[in-house]
Amino acid sequence: MGMVVNLATPAGLFWGMLPEIVLTGWALALMLVAGWRHGGEEDQRFAGQLALAALVSTLFALWWLWAKDARPDGIALMIALDGFRYASSTIFLLGAIMTVMLSLGYVRRERIHTPEYYLLILFATIGMMVMSAAADLIVLFLGLEIMSICVYVLTGINRRSVFGAEAALKYFLLGAFASGFLIYGIALIYGATGTTNLTLIAVSITNLGLQSNGMLMAGIGLLIIGFAFKVGAVPFHMWTPDVYEGAPTPITAFMAAAVKAAAFAALMRIMVHSLGESIGTWQNAVWWLAVVTMLGGNLMALAQRRLKRMLAYSSIAHAGYLLTAVVSGTETGAAAYLFYAFAYTLVTLGAFGVLAVVGRNGERDVRIDDLAGLAAKRPWLAFAMAVFMLSLLGFPGTAGFMAKWYVLMSAIEADQWKLGIILVLASVVSAGYYLPVVMEMYMNQPITEEAHQESVAVGAGRWVIGATAALLLLIGFFPGRLMDVSRSSSDDLKPSAAFTLNAPTGPDAGMASR
Amino acid sequence: MLEAVFWANAGIAIVSALACITRRSPVASALWLIMTLFATAVMFVLLDAHFIAVLQVMVYSGAIMVLFLFVIMLLNLGDQSATDMKGWFGRVVGLALGVFVMVELWVITKVVPVDQIRLPAGELNRMTVDEGAIAPVAQVLYTTYLLPFLLTAILLLAAIAGAVVLAKREV
Repeated sequence: MGMVVNLATPAGLFWGMLPEIVLTGWALALMLVAGWRHGGEEDQRFAGQLALAALVSTLFALWWLWAKDARPDGIALMIALDGFRYASSTIFLLGAIMTVMLSLGYVRRERIHTPEYYLLILFATIGMMVMSAAADLIVLFLGLEIMSICVYVLTGINRRSVFGAEAALKYFLLGAFASGFLIYGIALIYGATGTTNLTLIAVSITNLGLQSNGMLMAGIGLLIIGFAFKVGAVPFHMWTPDVYEGAPTPITAFMAAAVKAAAFAALMRIMVHSLGESIGTWQNAVWWLAVVTMLGGNLMALAQRRLKRMLAYSSIAHAGYLLTAVVSGTETGAAAYLFYAFAYTLVTLGAFGVLAVVGRNGERDVRIDDLAGLAAKRPWLAFAMAVFMLSLLGFPGTAGFMAKWYVLMSAIEADQWKLGIILVLASVVSAGYYLPVVMEMYMNQPITEEAHQESVAVGAGRWVIGATAALLLLIGFFPGRLMDVSRSSSDDLKPSAAFTLNAPTGPDAGMASR
Repeated sequence: MLEAVFWANAGIAIVSALACITRRSPVASALWLIMTLFATAVMFVLLDAHFIAVLQVMVYSGAIMVLFLFVIMLLNLGDQSATDMKGWFGRVVGLALGVFVMVELWVITKVVPVDQIRLPAGELNRMTVDEGAIAPVAQVLYTTYLLPFLLTAILLLAAIAGAVVLAKREV
């Protein structure tokens, strides 16, 4: 046992929320800086460097808490202190760091002169960390809203782009609608169980025998719909392609990687921690969602000719693979999620980073054929892109393969072998749109002599592309260490039996357990 | 007596809500919405949640709706503007969703909450008499729900920053 934190006292809350508090402090400082210095490129760059410092120091605060192995005193009241939170928050922070690094050069090139860009990334990251830390549905919802509102604005932050404005409005309206579903579901779950605490929900369901309670079922259903909107699962995916296409490319990467991972972290915690024992009520619904998302995402991606849109549909397909990990409803599924989310964050940031290098003006127009002959002109860039495509496909030797393998294992372990077969088939289909990118780069000639002259990765963006490609290969060949971390981080995600047997239930349960 | 107050208010709330979504003029819609919010405030009083009822009137019917009317005035939407429910498809989908929610509500009313999670009858009333109307809310807001309370502050701050970014005049 590590450090024991009593979350009922303000001091305990302070230590338990230390990473979030550090990041909030930085965000407030950055807000002041952005208010005073918003002149031109230099100020923008300074804001970016501040954001980078903020995220890195938050990462260290988080790792300090992780190294101390902080655990709550009794039931986790508002926030959880467990490996799952530390590991998933690490993923979001790494995603945010790489997004800021990609953005440094990008905002200069696209002339987005708003230092608040970085401020909103910081606030969104706070929201994500709160989501993965939430041990209470109210906290979870607040985290989700902090994250969502920042991302709506980031989508439309390039005020000169008509597509950005359209995407932001669409995202805002549908996102608000989805939040409505979610809060309605939360209200019904509260109505059925009498608590919003995730552990006490599990206790209530077991002790009061609510497994087939109509109100609880309706609540879980609405909750799943709300999350399906947020992660872009078919048939709630309609906003995804337009929003991903209209947003500035680093922000698209941020949405596809970190925002999606955060929604999945919260979903995973609810499903495994609170509803793991009543898996029969929701497993079928998520099963179908996973199947439709995998098939739909992959088939629609096949029809795309533009790279950014293709990657958007591909991210829908990957939401389907992650839903497969949710279906298992076990700690193995949660471990598979952690591994997958880490690999997917790397590959997404890298792939969109390459897209930002080869495209201009929002990168909407880059067609897959436009990459023809990239390998001859820019061999390293083409090699990195090939690694990303193969990893997205799940080719052996890349991290994507190990991630899919792990998800597949979690499905098989939960006796979901049909789902496993569908996952493999869907992956085969996905070769139909990932491999053409590699073929264009390596087997075709450049369209003109001048092609790819300007496709040069500069500054921090180059480091992101290089580091992600190297890491993906490294994890692909040596997955052991990351797998151990994923497994040990999620092995206490289910509430321990002591709570489910002894904890009080009823209107005062939350207060009585303090 | 209480029963009669409840049914009268329920009727007012539903009729006002219907009027709110069927009026063409945004000003009329906003005024009907105020009516709905007032009727809901009465419901809170019936549930012995007096403080929430007062907040409902002050914050929603008062502050937020005044803001609504200001925005309508500033954007000069006063006259009848085009409806945003275009075509029969939108109407059918809207109707289907409405029916879905109705059915769901009907199903939920059939579910009897288990006794263990119910407050004993008159409990809220007793708390109000003993501690006053505000203390039962404030007590948990600043202790048990301290963290959500603080997070709400961050949420509002982020929303303000976002609104400023999008509404700034020069790009």
